[in-house]
Amino acid sequence: MARYIGKRLIYMVLTLALIATFTFFLMKILPGSPIASAGKLSPEQRAVVEEAYGLNDPLPVQYFNYMFGLAQGDLGISINQFKGAPVTDLILSRMGPSAQIGFQGMVLGTIIGILLGMIAALRQNTWVDYSSTLIAIIGISIPSFVFASLLQYWFGLKLEWFPVALWKDGFMSSVLPSIALAMFPLATAARFIRTEMIEVLGSDYITLAKAKGASGSEIAFKHAFRNALIPLITVLGPMTVGILTGSLVVEQIFAIPGIGEQFVKSIMVNDFSIIMGTTIFFSVFLIVVILIVDILYGIIDPRIRLSGGKSS
Amino acid sequence: MRNSKVFWLLSLVLVLSAFLAACGGGEDTSTEPSDSEGDKEKESASGDLDSVQELNLMESAEIPTMDSALAEDAVAFNIMNNVNEGLYRLNQENIAEPAVAEGEPEISEDGLTYTFKLRDAKWSDGSPVTAQDFVFSWQRAVDPATGSPYGPYMMAGTIKNAAAIAEGKMDKAELGVEAKDEKTLVVTLERPVPYFISLMAFGTFLPQKEAFVTEKGDAYASNSENLLYNGPFTLTNWDGTGLTWSMEKNPEYWDAETVKLDKINVDVVKESGTGVNLYTSGEKDRAGLSGEYAMQYADDPEVVRELEPTVFYLKYNQERNGKETPLANVNIRKAISMAYNKQDLVDVVLANGSLPADFLVPTEFTFDESKKDFREVNGKMNEFNAEEAKKLWETGLKELGVTEVTLEMLGGDSELAKKMDEYMKSQLEGNLEGLTINLKAVPFAVRLELDEKQDYDIQNSGWGPDYQDPMTFLDLFVTGSAQNKMGYSNPEFDKLIEQAKGELAQDIPARWEAMAKAEKILIEEDAAISGIYQRGIMSLQKPYVHDIVVHPFGGDFSYKWAYISGKE
Repeated sequence: MARYIGKRLIYMVLTLALIATFTFFLMKILPGSPIASAGKLSPEQRAVVEEAYGLNDPLPVQYFNYMFGLAQGDLGISINQFKGAPVTDLILSRMGPSAQIGFQGMVLGTIIGILLGMIAALRQNTWVDYSSTLIAIIGISIPSFVFASLLQYWFGLKLEWFPVALWKDGFMSSVLPSIALAMFPLATAARFIRTEMIEVLGSDYITLAKAKGASGSEIAFKHAFRNALIPLITVLGPMTVGILTGSLVVEQIFAIPGIGEQFVKSIMVNDFSIIMGTTIFFSVFLIVVILIVDILYGIIDPRIRLSGGKSS
Repeated sequence: MRNSKVFWLLSLVLVLSAFLAACGGGEDTSTEPSDSEGDKEKESASGDLDSVQELNLMESAEIPTMDSALAEDAVAFNIMNNVNEGLYRLNQENIAEPAVAEGEPEISEDGLTYTFKLRDAKWSDGSPVTAQDFVFSWQRAVDPATGSPYGPYMMAGTIKNAAAIAEGKMDKAELGVEAKDEKTLVVTLERPVPYFISLMAFGTFLPQKEAFVTEKGDAYASNSENLLYNGPFTLTNWDGTGLTWSMEKNPEYWDAETVKLDKINVDVVKESGTGVNLYTSGEKDRAGLSGEYAMQYADDPEVVRELEPTVFYLKYNQERNGKETPLANVNIRKAISMAYNKQDLVDVVLANGSLPADFLVPTEFTFDESKKDFREVNGKMNEFNAEEAKKLWETGLKELGVTEVTLEMLGGDSELAKKMDEYMKSQLEGNLEGLTINLKAVPFAVRLELDEKQDYDIQNSGWGPDYQDPMTFLDLFVTGSAQNKMGYSNPEFDKLIEQAKGELAQDIPARWEAMAKAEKILIEEDAAISGIYQRGIMSLQKPYVHDIVVHPFGGDFSYKWAYISGKE
């Protein structure tokens, strides 16, 4: 196990270096300049400003400077969105709200989704099944920003149960955005669990368990659910990352100081160091989540061996 | 089988109703609050100040920097206009009036030397604002090592030696600005600049205290603690990258008596729908309306309409990739200029209070000595006239020896820009037979690049002023200007602009006339560009908010005179 993780860690560093290199050169292909008032400046004035930010060094020099800084954990400074602000500070300060609503949305969505899926599977082809499937379909087909707007309008503006927007009232501010984000994992989890459980429930070993006299709940939780979890974990990993990066619209609607929105804006305005910083941050996140998912497989299903055949 | 059909139908109905609820909800907001707020307005006619003087506002973006040397965007200039003060400040009539300067400067006869006396203004740490603070800040802004995008742009050609310093050919100490003593500032210009005084109200010319800036080093202006203020308010609770901050009344401000607001709370809200909801819930006192919201609230009693001095126009590229385009023909250009209905465009497509612009220099922006709008001199040029456009078009086609012309129209990628360009395409193709317009929608940065390479036929472009003079618009189109990437050159136009900048600089009426003549040549005779519209903005503002002043250039708003009355 330790050897497996060690090997994976080396691959992770290599992957990151590749991603950083690839993103760096892709980013440099972006048309336009990171100077907001570029349209107003003469070419000479622009050159002066670019010089000051080291933007007119030859590309390989810029690349090595960046990678050297990166190796030391320095993500550089923002060029135009927050002049001179260190990107590391920016990511750290923006990560909190994104992580909070992302985590809450994920947990809420997954738990309710699993419950819905299980109930649907156990009560297959009854109205319970149909209505939980319907909720899943709504959750998957309506984009999160529509939910966000509806929640904001009804629970913020009309009923006044929660703040309309802004990140000011602690936990209360995070409720509506978390619910909006929860819809997609909820729907996904419900569908996966239902399908998998129906399949598992029809398999031979469940029939055997039944024959051995296992109770209904024992079958549902101990046997069927555990096996249905494996495909769910496979999709939950990337979805966790997706929800953090994809929460940008929800963050924008609720005016939350998160990282998702910042990422998109930095691409629009060519803020090179923020593009790089957030890409690397998201990559690290994704790579770590994939590792965790792989480890979880082994815990949930011992048939999947992490160490492979050769290990001692 | 039947079961599953019923199920699908049911889910479809549910999904649809969720959407319909959303649409219906929107209408509710517009009618309900407007009635009750309308009543409030009547009650509050007394004009007494409320005991709580707190204003709640929104900005559309974070503050990129509070360093006046590095600022280049609307948000920064807006905040700086309220927490700092230069020699001059725009007043409620948008005329620059002495601020840190005490009274009008002494101007030498050749118009090249300005001697300002400073009043006893203080920084928020209690130390005096001195002439040296201006010298330091201006030298810093023009120094190439600072990397200021606006410093060289605003100073080159205006303040003596600025251009050479910006290019690194001269030491920054040579800049034409000098502190004779603590309270006397002498500025030497490169050439007489009739609008120099109004420039002094612009953010780039704000003072900075050298000892403070040096002491803070890289941390200077990185958050509200690492800044000094000498304006009506101080900035508080700003962490440098956050979406929220406040402005509090500055007790050290020399004119603190005039300032009535105690506190302004600002949050960044990027979605206009969210902004409207926060306004409706009473959390915010003012909300900008864009796109469909502008249309939806058009008749609301709480709507305030303001005209911005930003003008949008079509640029006709006469030479692309070394070859003449059909737009090199003046009749073709004129025909296109007259072939689209601008009134319908602003009424139906934009619907935000914009004006049709048959001109370049905006309305309600610059005035002569008798306060007459520059716009009154030239009036409208090349107005919409489909018949005339057809005739000119046919003449143009004959001259080119073709029957069909295909042109590419470059525009922005926002929803509004796309809608507008669709409208232009349908108008132009409908009125000019044989014309095909291909639309190309790209992000702003890409458009700048294509413009620089002169790689387009027609471009939907816009410009906002940097100082209060027609010149900020007119000199864009002289031969070789960075903005004139469209192969346009007219020696007569160039000469008029040259005269207005040089020999006529001291003869105000003649200068005005020269600029008007230049605009006429540019738009009417040459049809080098065609004005489309002057942008209007619509906002919702609570009736208890009074005297927020909107400015045409520099910082967008002043809260110095604002107050709350009738909220309680």
